[in-house]
Amino acid sequence: WCRCGAEVGAVAGRDEGRGGEMAAPLRVMVAVKRVIDYAVKIRVKPDKTGVVTDGVKHSMNPFCEIAVEEAVRMKEKKQAAEVIAVSCGPVQCQETIRTALAMGVDRGIHVEVSGADYEGLGPLQVSKVIAALAKKEKIDLVIMGKQAIDDDCNQTGQMTAALLDWPQGTFVSEVSLAEGGLTVTREVDGGLETIKVQVPAVLTSDLRLNEPRYATLPNIMKAKKKRIDKLSLGDLGVGAAGKLETLSVEEPPTRTAGVKVETTEELVQKLREIGHI
Amino acid sequence: MAGCFFSKLGRVIVRPWHSAFPGVHRGPSRSSSIEIALDNTTAKGSFYAPLQTFTEEETMMKETVAKFAQERIAPLVHKMDEQSQMDESIISGLFEQGLMGIEIPEKYGGSESTFFSSLLVIEELAKVDPSVAVVCDIQNTLINTLLMKCGTEEQKTKYLPRLAKDMVGSFCLSEVDSGSDAFSLKTTAVKHKDYYVINGSKMWISNADYAGIFLVMANANPSSGYRGITCFIVDKDTEGLHVGKKENKLGIRASSTCPVNFENVKVPESNILGQLGHGYKYAIEMLNGGRIGIAGQMLGLAQGCFDSTIPYLKQRMQFGKRIYDFQGMQHQISQIATQLEAARLLTYNAARLKEAGRSFIKEACMAKYYTSEVAAITSAKCIEWMGGVGFTKDYPIEKYYRDCKIGSIYEGTSNIQLNTIAKLIDQEF
Repeated sequence: WCRCGAEVGAVAGRDEGRGGEMAAPLRVMVAVKRVIDYAVKIRVKPDKTGVVTDGVKHSMNPFCEIAVEEAVRMKEKKQAAEVIAVSCGPVQCQETIRTALAMGVDRGIHVEVSGADYEGLGPLQVSKVIAALAKKEKIDLVIMGKQAIDDDCNQTGQMTAALLDWPQGTFVSEVSLAEGGLTVTREVDGGLETIKVQVPAVLTSDLRLNEPRYATLPNIMKAKKKRIDKLSLGDLGVGAAGKLETLSVEEPPTRTAGVKVETTEELVQKLREIGHI
Repeated sequence: MAGCFFSKLGRVIVRPWHSAFPGVHRGPSRSSSIEIALDNTTAKGSFYAPLQTFTEEETMMKETVAKFAQERIAPLVHKMDEQSQMDESIISGLFEQGLMGIEIPEKYGGSESTFFSSLLVIEELAKVDPSVAVVCDIQNTLINTLLMKCGTEEQKTKYLPRLAKDMVGSFCLSEVDSGSDAFSLKTTAVKHKDYYVINGSKMWISNADYAGIFLVMANANPSSGYRGITCFIVDKDTEGLHVGKKENKLGIRASSTCPVNFENVKVPESNILGQLGHGYKYAIEMLNGGRIGIAGQMLGLAQGCFDSTIPYLKQRMQFGKRIYDFQGMQHQISQIATQLEAARLLTYNAARLKEAGRSFIKEACMAKYYTSEVAAITSAKCIEWMGGVGFTKDYPIEKYYRDCKIGSIYEGTSNIQLNTIAKLIDQEF
């Protein structure tokens, strides 16, 4: 069941005092994305090729923060052996990785992608990167945010699991260690669904999984000494070419005033007029 | 009597005996911030980094404190101001975040960061609540600095970890009859064998309500005038130490300001901080730096006030357009913004000069004086721009207006700052 099954015997000594937990500490990888800060007012570029990012405040995607927090908590409970944070993007991504380090992650990997390559970077390439790194670093658990607040794709976690042929627990609101893997509670349309997932696995975090900690000042200073490795797409055998081309980006139409009607008959007539029925 | 010259709520305004004291001689401690700041731009060929260049750590600190302030402090600001009482959760929050031991070395449990980081933290806190900023400022720029600079290894090991972790400190200098004229303080310390007995009364002491230790300036040798002033570390539970009733203040109400009375308070000789009779020196040197901290507080206050006002101006419509669009308004806003920027650069530069080990006293005085003026003008204007709502307590603006007034009074009144600047200019020509 657990890939580290072979090592369970060797680390059994470490498990005293932890009750009946079976698995050896997991090697965890967290993917973090640098996005425009949620509080910023977004402006579309005049040439309609995208939104204005120059000089705009960026920060870690909120769902990624939740993922980092969960990984760090696992480390504190000694359920995780090492936590590695990964980010793909331009050199500024290192700030995002440092924030993860300041929250308690052990080390970081920055896959540098910039310029035109970065414009075309999407969930497919990122999931290939994460999959390659997961194999390279012998990861047992990949945790990431369910989606990024800039593109709302909600695809990377699922694609990563598929590429690795690992089970996935998405929209996770609760996770705990169980015999043979993890017990995961998912937030689905109908309510909550609890499933058992074997490790290695991919999880994507939803809002109510936890409340991320602030990076305290001492931890920020300690983060300076933690290491961030730099890699390129080529190092991992991932092609940069995206298969999607952005044709145009526009602001949503400004809300116009609604129309008040007196009777249901009028309502039906109006709806027919605008072609809604 | 011309009233009590209440200086910086317990801190002193000193006549600058500048000729006796060299400028900054604190070498660059962790001034790597300057080099790294330069590093960021040398790659592009420019050797001179803009003043608003921060190291990665400084940027992270700013962001984390801004977030903390918005989420944990902002909701309580109104209540704390009404009740003139700081919420416990905020003080413990400050400790948890490592904000009360910013420059304390890691081996004593501190955050081991730089003076500039302290400044940024104070500024971010002040944007949300200047009362919280002042608690953080006193702890870091006065209490911790004094102990780190003058403490014996034993004193440091005993007090620094607690100051970083859960104990607030208070600095007792001002008295009823000595504010700007700090050296005329009347609290005495009489020696008996291996301990001193302190008698006297201090006024306007910040943090007194929740302090665990008090750094008390008392005169151990009144016949030698100010050269007898000595700094004593007094634990809160020492018999004879009484914290009086909190003052009912105009502004920074959540910060507790109380009289502290000393009635035959016995303090062992080992609790003298630094050397006997050198207290006045320490006070002056420490205040040179503390001044920049206060400038940071005023800066944050002005910026926070400004930031709360502009969105309203863009939203409020009169005569068919946003009030922001009226040229009269725009001119006023631009003037305020320009002064705010100038105040910021003065403050940041003074801090960088200090870190670089260069002479900074004049710049620090200018920063403190100017930012307190700018804070007053900014908050006054913001109330006007907001109109009726600016005048009500439902909006945070009027609080900034009340809070800013203390800026030109404590930590050296504006007049004292101007005196100091003039004396330093005198030396230059």
